[in-house]
Amino acid sequence: MAETDTLSAPLPIIDIRNVSKTFWLGEQKIEALSGANLQIRKGEFICLIGASGCGKSTLLRIMAGFEQPTGGEALMWGKPITEPGPSRGMVFQDYALFPWLTVRNNIAFGPKSQGRSTGEVKEICDRFIEMVGLQKFANAYPHQLSGGMRQRVAIARVLANDAELVLMDEPFGALDAMTRERLQDELLEIWERTKLTVVFVTHAIEEAIFLADRVVVMSPGPGRIDSDNRLILPRPRDVASPEFNEIRRDLSARLHSHHAKKAA
Amino acid sequence: MVDVTSSAPAAEEAPPRKASLPHLGKARDFALAMIVPGLLLLLWYIATTQRWTRLIPTPAETAEYMVDFAFGGIYDDAFSATLHIHLLASMSRVYGGFLLAAMVALPLGLLIGRIPLARKTLDPFFQLMRPIPVTAWLPLSMILFGLGAKSAFSLVFLGAFYPILLNTIFGVKNVDPKLFEAASMLGCRGNAQFFRVVLPAALPSIFTGLRLGLGLAWFVIVVGEMTGVPQGLGAVIMDGRTLSRTELVICGMIIIGIVGYLSDRVVMMIGNHLLRWSPTHHG
Repeated sequence: MAETDTLSAPLPIIDIRNVSKTFWLGEQKIEALSGANLQIRKGEFICLIGASGCGKSTLLRIMAGFEQPTGGEALMWGKPITEPGPSRGMVFQDYALFPWLTVRNNIAFGPKSQGRSTGEVKEICDRFIEMVGLQKFANAYPHQLSGGMRQRVAIARVLANDAELVLMDEPFGALDAMTRERLQDELLEIWERTKLTVVFVTHAIEEAIFLADRVVVMSPGPGRIDSDNRLILPRPRDVASPEFNEIRRDLSARLHSHHAKKAA
Repeated sequence: MVDVTSSAPAAEEAPPRKASLPHLGKARDFALAMIVPGLLLLLWYIATTQRWTRLIPTPAETAEYMVDFAFGGIYDDAFSATLHIHLLASMSRVYGGFLLAAMVALPLGLLIGRIPLARKTLDPFFQLMRPIPVTAWLPLSMILFGLGAKSAFSLVFLGAFYPILLNTIFGVKNVDPKLFEAASMLGCRGNAQFFRVVLPAALPSIFTGLRLGLGLAWFVIVVGEMTGVPQGLGAVIMDGRTLSRTELVICGMIIIGIVGYLSDRVVMMIGNHLLRWSPTHHG
């Protein structure tokens, strides 16, 4: 890898340097991730895409601090990520909301943990409940909400905590197509408004092309980064346009090429 | 009590209270619930008036005796107007033993569920002790605590202890690991998670334990009061047996049933309120 000129290039928010992760399943050694390199700039929207077992979730969990790499290093603003923290918010596929807390109190969980005053917490909650359009449901419990609403709460919960980096692990995977599209639009709108950095794991090519600045294609066995594709496609993106389809064909070919290699 | 909300898992609007004729629905539920007890009462009535058995009093005689047991003025024997004394004695043992069991079992359960060292040290011991029925402890508790109230108290304690302990351990051990991850990425780490994640997440299970424990406390009280205590519903039932006064036995049984039921309802109402967030915890 070429030496980067640290003076002229701004520090990346996330710097993944030759990261690998192995773990043991009984006697069997699993290489979940092998020699991954990835730099993410502030404000970028990155999609990690690949077949199951390609290490995309592992990479995300290392960025979150839930897991430590067994080789290489994962840095945020140049410092090693050693534990989960409020600057990196995770949105889980199965929401992981606190079922005993109302929508408002789920969103308040982070700010309260930071020791904000009651007044501040209320103001923050109001702002983010409004941002995700759940004013009517502020006092409802998670089990009373639909899947899409629950995921909105999960997103608001992370944003309310002043997260700079939002890590999303197939967040819309369990939702129906209509809700999924609406949430994609809403997420982009929030991203454009707040200048967040987003790392979004998905296995749907269309979703990745619709959302991302860069699509990082990963492949399994051992999990590694195959290619890093910067999309030059104006927003808002039209899924029916020829340009969109061209990119889709291209990425699809990349995704399937190593399947063919493996099968051979 | 709160069945209404649980029926709408993904309501688009916050579920409104059903306002249409709630009393009619309740009356219907009550009528349905009364069918089986009514039939049982009828069977009892027919069996005793048709002289299928001479040893059991008729429902009317029992009711009359119940009034005398509660207020006196009919038979005026040793048991007339003594219900409140016996009831109070039993209740103090049941709730005393139950509260003491909860006070010991809850922290112990939290400890065993949360700290591996505590689990490895204490769990095998409790697993060994648990299969021993409370009744098997009776002779030993008489030796240890003598004949009387203390012995009854200790049996109630033992009866309520295990369900509370085991359900607390279960609740604490089975917190969804995702919730710990969610809490830690929101800035709540380490010991702070105990009160903000573990305890609320384990609450449904803890409540199940408390409810079972209180039920068992009422269950055990008759056995506990066999040990020569002068007062208590269990003592009344045992006295009734030795004096061949079946109506006394039946009165004691009915009162334990009713009071046990009411106390379960109270626990459940508290539970339904505290656990109104839980879709699976309504009774």
